Amino acid sequence: MKKWQCVVCGLIYDEAEGWPEDGIEPGTKWEDVPEDWVCPDCGVGKEDFEMIEIG
Amino acid sequence: MSEQAPIVIVGTGLSGYSLVREFRKQDKDTPVVMVTADDGVSYSKPMLSTGFTKGKDADGLAQASTDAMEEQFGVQLRTFTTVTGIDPEAHELIIGDERLKYSKLVLAWGADVIRLTIAGDGQEHVFSINDLMDYRAFREALADGQKVAIMGAGLIGCEFANDLRNGDYEVDVIAPSEVVMPGLLPEPAANAVQQELENLGVRFHLGTVVDRIDRHNGGVRLTLANGESLEADVVLSAVGLHPRTGLAESAGVDVGKGIKVNRALETSAPDIYALGDCAEVDGHVLLYVLPLMACARALAKTLTGERTEVSYGTMPVMIKTPCCPTAVCPPPSGADGQWEVETEGTSVRALFRNSAGEVLGFAVTGRFAVEKQALSKEVPPIHN
Repeated sequence: MKKWQCVVCGLIYDEAEGWPEDGIEPGTKWEDVPEDWVCPDCGVGKEDFEMIEIG
Repeated sequence: MSEQAPIVIVGTGLSGYSLVREFRKQDKDTPVVMVTADDGVSYSKPMLSTGFTKGKDADGLAQASTDAMEEQFGVQLRTFTTVTGIDPEAHELIIGDERLKYSKLVLAWGADVIRLTIAGDGQEHVFSINDLMDYRAFREALADGQKVAIMGAGLIGCEFANDLRNGDYEVDVIAPSEVVMPGLLPEPAANAVQQELENLGVRFHLGTVVDRIDRHNGGVRLTLANGESLEADVVLSAVGLHPRTGLAESAGVDVGKGIKVNRALETSAPDIYALGDCAEVDGHVLLYVLPLMACARALAKTLTGERTEVSYGTMPVMIKTPCCPTAVCPPPSGADGQWEVETEGTSVRALFRNSAGEVLGFAVTGRFAVEKQALSKEVPPIHN
């Protein structure tokens, strides 16, 4: 499980947690997150997220 | 390769760094020099109005040092370096007595805050926030204060009002408009945001302006045109931005409201490009994150030799007032149609429809704010 961070606002998508509010189940890998999913905080798209080291 | 002049990017804000991030994904070798008048620390400007809410000070909002950015992107950074001119013919950037050759020049130097001329001797208590260094100075000034007066009830004024309340400061907002965020939000949505900010304890003084700011008790006293007066420790001026165009104009580059560029981000001068808050892209001056990121991606490709036009999709704006979550996608100016508004307390869903029933814009607040993504898909993109 990896984490991805929005380069604009710092929001973290954690594959282990998914994003249930947008219907993305816990355990959903980043590549399986829909291409049109956008950062819930600032609205940028998946291409503006970068992988970060697991803490 | 060493003969080749570098690509020079002026500005290390979100535009400059986003551009170089995208460019380096495709080209690891071409030399890039970045020039900035400030300290070059990487940060995300939209986050400056979330410091208290997220428990972060200026250091906490800094994302990476200049050393880290130089290493990550393989660029040479020149900080505290003020550009004084451009010589498009010679392909040279003028920095005082120095001339810096460029192969391509990118202007990503942002916008200036508008400073009002106001009478009184309390000017040293007036701050505006347009970058991380400004924010650091503001936070230092706040350290021994309790009360903040904000001039301006636009997006920035409202976001800071919310954030400062979350930091337990007393907040007064003074603005000439009768509603908050005029021109951005339709009135019912604006009223909802104002109501929730008032519920949070923000005091609004709308339909008036600040006439004087005078020193008083270690802070200032503000005298308003409507006769009211109020005290504050710090004044935050948030009355708008103006794209920086002066140096470009002096160099003979076409400017309008911003530095004029086409959809390939090309200015009227060869090998000079512009993006971000300083640019007027195909007639649009949009000082928001989504247009900027779209421009950075397109321009990165162009700089690698593959001329690419930016295509603006639907550009919703998220307004960071956590007390009343809000998103807006303003209809094109002059569009035919009308607002259709549904209101439940301070939850508002306002849809701007044309006579054919198509949604051309929207504003959603409160519990309707979650519909922003679904609605964005209904609104036609800016560029078809």
